[in-house]
Amino acid sequence: MSQPLLAVNQLTMRFGGLTAVDAVSFDVHRNHITAVIGPNGAGKTTAFNCITGFYKPTEGQIVLTHSDDRQFKLEEMEDFRISQTAHVARTFQNIRLFGGMTVLENLMIAQHNHLMKASLYTLAGIFNMPSYQRAQKAAKEKAVFWMDRIGITDRADDPAAALPYGDQRRLEIARAMCTDPVLLCLDEPAAGLNPRESEELNTLLRSIRDTNNVGVLLIEHDMSVVMEISDHVIVLDYGRKISDGTATEVRNDPAVIKAYLGVVED
Amino acid sequence: MNYFIQQLINGITLGSIYGLIAIGYTMVYGIIGMINFAHGDVFMVGAFVSLITILVFGITGTSNVAVGIGVLILVAAISMVIAGIYGWTIERLAYRPLRGSFRLAPLITAIGVSIFLQNFVQTTQGARVKPLQAIISGGFTILEGNDFVVRVTYMQILIVVLTFLLMAGFTYLISKTSLGRAQRACEQDMKMAMLLGIDVNTTISTTFVIGAALASVAGLMYLLYYGVIDFYIGFSAGIKAFTAAVLGGVGSLPGAMLGGLVIGLIEVFFAAYFSSEYKDVAAFSMLIVVLIFMPQGLLGRPEIEKV
Amino acid sequence: MSSNTPSMPAILPMLKRSAIATVIAFFLFLPTLGIKTSASGGVDGLFLQYRWSALAIACGLIFVARMAMEIFGKKQDGDTKPAAAPSALVHFLSSAKIAKTVGPVLLVFAIAFPFLPFSDRYILDLGILIITYVMLGWGLQIVVGLAGLLDLGYVAFYAVGAYSYALLSIHFGFGFWMCLPLAGLLAATWGVILGFPVLRLRGDYLAIVTLAFGEIIRVILLNWRGFTGGSNGLSSIPRPSFFGLPFNQEPGGFAATFGLEYSSMQRIVFLYFLILALAIFTFFVTGRLRRLPIGRAWEALREDEIACRSLGINTVNTKLSAFAIGAMFGGFAGSFFAAKQAFVSPESFNFMESATILAIVVLGGMSSQLGVVFSAIAMVGGVELLRQLQFLKVIFGNDFDPSQLRLLLFGLAMVLMMLWRPRGLVSTRTPTVFLKDEKTVSAAMISQGRG
Repeated sequence: MSQPLLAVNQLTMRFGGLTAVDAVSFDVHRNHITAVIGPNGAGKTTAFNCITGFYKPTEGQIVLTHSDDRQFKLEEMEDFRISQTAHVARTFQNIRLFGGMTVLENLMIAQHNHLMKASLYTLAGIFNMPSYQRAQKAAKEKAVFWMDRIGITDRADDPAAALPYGDQRRLEIARAMCTDPVLLCLDEPAAGLNPRESEELNTLLRSIRDTNNVGVLLIEHDMSVVMEISDHVIVLDYGRKISDGTATEVRNDPAVIKAYLGVVED
Repeated sequence: MNYFIQQLINGITLGSIYGLIAIGYTMVYGIIGMINFAHGDVFMVGAFVSLITILVFGITGTSNVAVGIGVLILVAAISMVIAGIYGWTIERLAYRPLRGSFRLAPLITAIGVSIFLQNFVQTTQGARVKPLQAIISGGFTILEGNDFVVRVTYMQILIVVLTFLLMAGFTYLISKTSLGRAQRACEQDMKMAMLLGIDVNTTISTTFVIGAALASVAGLMYLLYYGVIDFYIGFSAGIKAFTAAVLGGVGSLPGAMLGGLVIGLIEVFFAAYFSSEYKDVAAFSMLIVVLIFMPQGLLGRPEIEKV
Repeated sequence: MSSNTPSMPAILPMLKRSAIATVIAFFLFLPTLGIKTSASGGVDGLFLQYRWSALAIACGLIFVARMAMEIFGKKQDGDTKPAAAPSALVHFLSSAKIAKTVGPVLLVFAIAFPFLPFSDRYILDLGILIITYVMLGWGLQIVVGLAGLLDLGYVAFYAVGAYSYALLSIHFGFGFWMCLPLAGLLAATWGVILGFPVLRLRGDYLAIVTLAFGEIIRVILLNWRGFTGGSNGLSSIPRPSFFGLPFNQEPGGFAATFGLEYSSMQRIVFLYFLILALAIFTFFVTGRLRRLPIGRAWEALREDEIACRSLGINTVNTKLSAFAIGAMFGGFAGSFFAAKQAFVSPESFNFMESATILAIVVLGGMSSQLGVVFSAIAMVGGVELLRQLQFLKVIFGNDFDPSQLRLLLFGLAMVLMMLWRPRGLVSTRTPTVFLKDEKTVSAAMISQGRG
């Protein structure tokens, strides 16, 4: 695989006079977990939103390459197209589940585009044709697969908002995975989790990396998660990339230590 | 050309009335994020209260000028007080209990209050229009052309001057006093304001009262200017004033006045040069255009949604 | 809500609060209820009538009501109240199992309705009116209840349907069954046209823009005399026939063909079953749509639009489809209305109609089809009862018509309903797909979007 899954090149985001992201470049590879870290205000979430289409970058290119060598210029695409066509999925810092809908429904909605096509844009669905019924059944099975994988099958018919926080986080990830992405983007997936839940999250992410043939890009503050599972770490500070390497390399990089802890005055 | 100038004068007059009503919409939307659907009907109630008070005092166009002016000031004051009580009561009974509730509930309630007020006045006062003989009449000619004479009436001058004074007064109130600061704090972050000891309930109530009082002055002016009112004037005046509030930038008092002037001018010019039957369509279309292309208005701040 | 008899000292603050409420009420009622402007026959303008007794009675009622509320412990403070614990009746109405039995029972009742002993012309007309509103409610429910798009101008689609039917049948001679789908199609097209500009608007802004659209359409209908007949409307719309057999006394008419004695009721009963059939069709289609991907997408849109986009859902198309399909049913209902009345005019399509239909949806419970039925019956039927309240002439004088109170009480009912049950009568949501248990989702969990 010569082309990286995601190639971010000179990404720049300016809001009026403020430059939130300044010429940041990095690669994300399939079957790797890449973490973006940095002090608060470093521009991590802004960069993230540019990649997933919620902001239009001021400058730069974001190129996604599928395994059949098809390429997508994410900087030009609308947010929902990035998910629909380029198959990039994301989760949110403040969990955005459909709280009033059940766990099962959340996972079914993720398969919306596939089901819409199968229902011939509702026509086949209205008449409950066999082709639609088959697609519906398959979608349900996929949902059950993911519920089993994150261990919440017994709560399938409960509203998503009723789940404990840790389960909600993992449900959001499972929902993102139900869109069959090639790149999974997670915005602070460990926020608010206790150590046991963080462990469960790590296990889940590692298993996704190993078995699902996707690249995982995540923003995180929780260093235990970052150091435990990341294959590749990128550090941002004041909108610029200051380090790029393995977890160990980055941890020992003086520039990173300075950014987080400041320089000790003699 | 003279025709144009006359329409300009008429438009500014009408726009001043809309602007006063718009202030109520913009302040309430700014502070609690809801469109007070019933505000236009408070304007209507203000007009009716003014009418009744004028009739009670028995002044007419032939009264002594000084007495007339004095009584009108009294009428305005009484009408402001009564309208203020209406505004306070509506907020207290219909809106405050729903403040934490889901998004549609305050809207439905506001519509309910609006319908209630309209029909309350219709039931108690009768459905027919209520005419009033002109009290302040006369004016002077400012331009004489071959085809058209441009006149400014004393009523028009009074409306514009009074509106300007009220605007200046309330802008001062908002920017310099503690009430204004409390209002702006509540607009920014209500929970934080509460934690800092600001009496949010009183601030909100006061906002409603001020908005209602200004709307009732607009009602008095409408009554004196047009000479006829009915229980339905609140509906279209309300939509137009809300358009003015959005056009000017929600939350901005100068914006509300500016928006009011623009809407008044659009309405008058459209009626004068195109069609007076469709003038409401022009104003309503303006609302759609503004909300689609310029939702932050002329003097407002654009909002960036945080993902 | 505890009910305890207050001891002597505790009564004083209650009296004080009630007195304050009464004083406030006095000022509110004085220039409206207390003093009435009336037109004299001559040119002198208005004269004043002082109605002190009415004022006194009204203030007295306020005092009594306030004292009652104080004594029976109802909170009146400004703090937001938690949702009131549902009464047994409402709980009953909300459970999913009940919906399965109540629905069919209501249907059987509706079918038998015209043949029941008390169903005279007036009652049957009322039934037709209620079913029309139920159908409109189900149509609007797609837009407001499922997709969460606040539409205050739904009456515009009702008008498009009615006027389309009128124009098509008058100018082209199309029959009812030909006009019906065309009217629906035209209304759906208008739904897309109206929906397109407002896609990015949220909440209250969307509501008021749709209201403005509705008003614009009404003004156009009122003034475009050449096309729509202006304020006179369009009359002599061909009356519906029984699949070709006219409802008259002729030998080729409905009565003669079926060997029945002619009665003007026959046409009314036919119209009743027509609207019932249309309503049942609406019920099945909207119910089915809800369980399909499009319906789930509508509800997800209401819950969180940004999350929808992150899942690759084209929210523009989703919103437009909600507008279009909701409008289509409005158009169907409008067709029926024109056929029934044989006359359409802009007065029937004003903001009050939109507000009524919206109230029916919200009061019924946003995602409950059964709830819409209950609230339509309560609102339309309940308001009709007011015509029977003749005793109120005592307060307002002999030239007072209690039906004037209809809208007044309607507005009051809207307010009270929102204060009591903001989520509507049936405030739970039934999920569209189950793994094991058919559990309903309580209202507290259902969001209305993030603004």
